Amino acid sequence: MSTENIIEIRGLNSFYNSRQVLFDITFPIPVSRVTVIMGVSGCGKTTLFRHLTGLKKTAPGQIGIDGKDLGVYSETMLMAYRRRIGVLFQSGALFNSLSLNENIAMPLHVHTDLAEETIRIMTLMKLNMVGLAEFGDYMPSQISGGMKKRAGLARALIMDPEMLFVDEPSSGLDPITAAGLDRLIQNLRQTRGVTIVVVTHELESAFKIADRLVVMDDGRVLASGAPEEIRNSADPRVRQFLSREADSYKMHMEAYYERLLGDQWRG
Amino acid sequence: MVNPVRSLGAYALRQVYSAGRLGMFFVYTVRGLIRPPGKFRPTVKQIQFIGAKSIAVIGFTAAFTGMVLALQGYHTLTRFGAEGWLGSAVGLSLVRELGPVLSALMVTGRAGSAMAAEIGIMRIEEQIDALECMAIDPFSYLATPRLLACVISLPLLTSFCDALGILGGYLIGVGLLGVSSGAFWSGLTSSVDWGDLYMGLIKSVCFSVLIAWISTYKGYYAGVDEGAFGPEQVGRATTEAVVISSIAVLICDYVITSILL
Ligand SMILES: Nc1ncnc2c1ncn2[C@@H]1O[C@H](COP(=O)(O)OP(=O)(O)OP(=O)(O)O)[C@@H](O)[C@H]1O
Ligand SMILES: [Mg+2]
Repeated sequence: MSTENIIEIRGLNSFYNSRQVLFDITFPIPVSRVTVIMGVSGCGKTTLFRHLTGLKKTAPGQIGIDGKDLGVYSETMLMAYRRRIGVLFQSGALFNSLSLNENIAMPLHVHTDLAEETIRIMTLMKLNMVGLAEFGDYMPSQISGGMKKRAGLARALIMDPEMLFVDEPSSGLDPITAAGLDRLIQNLRQTRGVTIVVVTHELESAFKIADRLVVMDDGRVLASGAPEEIRNSADPRVRQFLSREADSYKMHMEAYYERLLGDQWRG
Repeated sequence: MVNPVRSLGAYALRQVYSAGRLGMFFVYTVRGLIRPPGKFRPTVKQIQFIGAKSIAVIGFTAAFTGMVLALQGYHTLTRFGAEGWLGSAVGLSLVRELGPVLSALMVTGRAGSAMAAEIGIMRIEEQIDALECMAIDPFSYLATPRLLACVISLPLLTSFCDALGILGGYLIGVGLLGVSSGAFWSGLTSSVDWGDLYMGLIKSVCFSVLIAWISTYKGYYAGVDEGAFGPEQVGRATTEAVVISSIAVLICDYVITSILL
C-alpha cells in the first residue's frame, strides 16, 4: 500500500471575525488511512473540519487536496470534490422534516437515476450497518441523540465516498455501540480503502482505530504522528492530555484574580 | 473614540454587501430552475402548504372586506343617489387593490413567516451546511420550490379573494341594504374590464416573487452576519421576513399602480 497523502494541510490559520482560532496547523492526511484528531473542547477541531469540507473559506496555499489548492477552487471544483466526500456533523444535521429513510436516500435521489426499489434497498443496507434497520420510518425528532449520530453516519456513507469526515461519532453512545462504530470505521478502511478523518475524545477508541494521530490544543497542533510516537511523546502537554489530568498548571493565581476582580485586587 | 466617518463608511459597505447578496440570492434561486434536484414534488408540497392552507384565512378576510366595502360604499354613494354604482365600487377596489394586497399580506403572515422559520432552523442546525457537503445546491433545493409555489399559488388565491370579496359585497349590498341585484351585477360587469384583472394579476405575481424572495433570504442567512446560530436569530429572521415583505408589497403596489393606471 502506498502512503501518499491525499490532503496536505500547510500552515492553516483561521479566524472568526478578528479572533484567530487556528494557528499554523500543519499535518498530512494519508490516503486510505484513518487519521484521528484529538483535543479538548473548543480547541478548533470542528473549525478544521469546516475548512476541509469547504464550508469555511480557506486562504490560498493552506490546504492542498490531490495536489490542488482548495483555497482557489471554483464552484464546480468544490462541487466535484464534495461528491467524493461524506461528512458526519457533530450535531448529526439530519433534515428534521424528512424521515430517516428519506434523509439517507436524499443524495441518491439528487445525484443518481437509480430506481426507487434500488434506493430503498441501499438505504436499508446503510441503516443496517449502523444498527438502525427498524427505524427507517422514524422522524429525527423521534430518535435519541446517539441514534441521530448513527443515522448521520449512514447518510454520509450512502454515496460510498472516497473520503469520510466524522465529527465525534461516538459521543453520546454506550461503549458497545461505540465499539461497533470503531469496527465499522476499520472495515471501511480495510475493505474499501476509504480515507477517514475522525474527531474524537475517546482515547481508547482513538488508539484502536488510528493510523495517524493528531493532538490539538488551543488552535495549535501539539503533536502528530503514528500512535506509538504519540504514546511515547515526551511533551508534557501531550502526556497530560493522554493521562486525562485536569488543567492545573494553566491556572495562574494572579491571572485568575485579575479575571475575577479586574484591576481592583492589586489594591 | 469611534471615528464617525469610519463607522458611516463601514455601515455603507455593509448595506452594499447585503444588497449584493440579496441580488445574488435571487439569481441563484432562479438558476435553481435548471439545476437538480427535481422541482415537481417539492413544489407541489409547498403549494399545498402555502396555497391550500391559506384558503380559509384569505376567504374569511375577503368576505368581511367585501362586506365592509359595500357598507361604506353604500353610505357614500347614496349621498349622490348613485347606489347603482355599488357593484362597480366594490368590484374595482377588490380586483385592482384589495384582492392582491390582502392575499399577499395574508400569505406573508402565514407562509412567509413559516418559510423563514423553517429555513432559519435548517441554518442554525447545520442542515444547510450538510446540504452543501452533499453537493446539493441549497438554493435550488430550498428556495426555488418555494418561489415556484408562491408564484403559482398567490394569483390563484388572489382570484379566490376577489370572488369571495365580491360575494360578501353582494350579500350586504343586495341582501341587507336593498340595492337591486341587476344594478349590482351590471355595475360590476360594465366597469371591471380585462385591464383591471390584468393589473391584479401582475400585482399578485410581483408580490409572490417578493414574498418568497425576502422570506427565504431572511431564513437562509439567519445568524450568518452575527456569526451566532441560535433560536433568537431564527426569531429575528422570521419577524424581519414578515415586516420587510409586507412593506415591500405595499411599496410595490404603489409603483405598479402608478405605472399601469
Ligand atoms: N461561528 C462561530 N463564531 C465565532 N467563534 C466560533 C464559531 N464557531 C466556533 N468558534 C470558536 O472557535 C473555537 C473553536 O471551536 P470549534 O467548534 O472548532 O471547537 P471544537 O474543537 O470542535 O470543540 P468541541 O470538541 O467542543 O466540539 C472556539 O473557541 C469557539 O468559540
Ligand atoms: Mg466540535
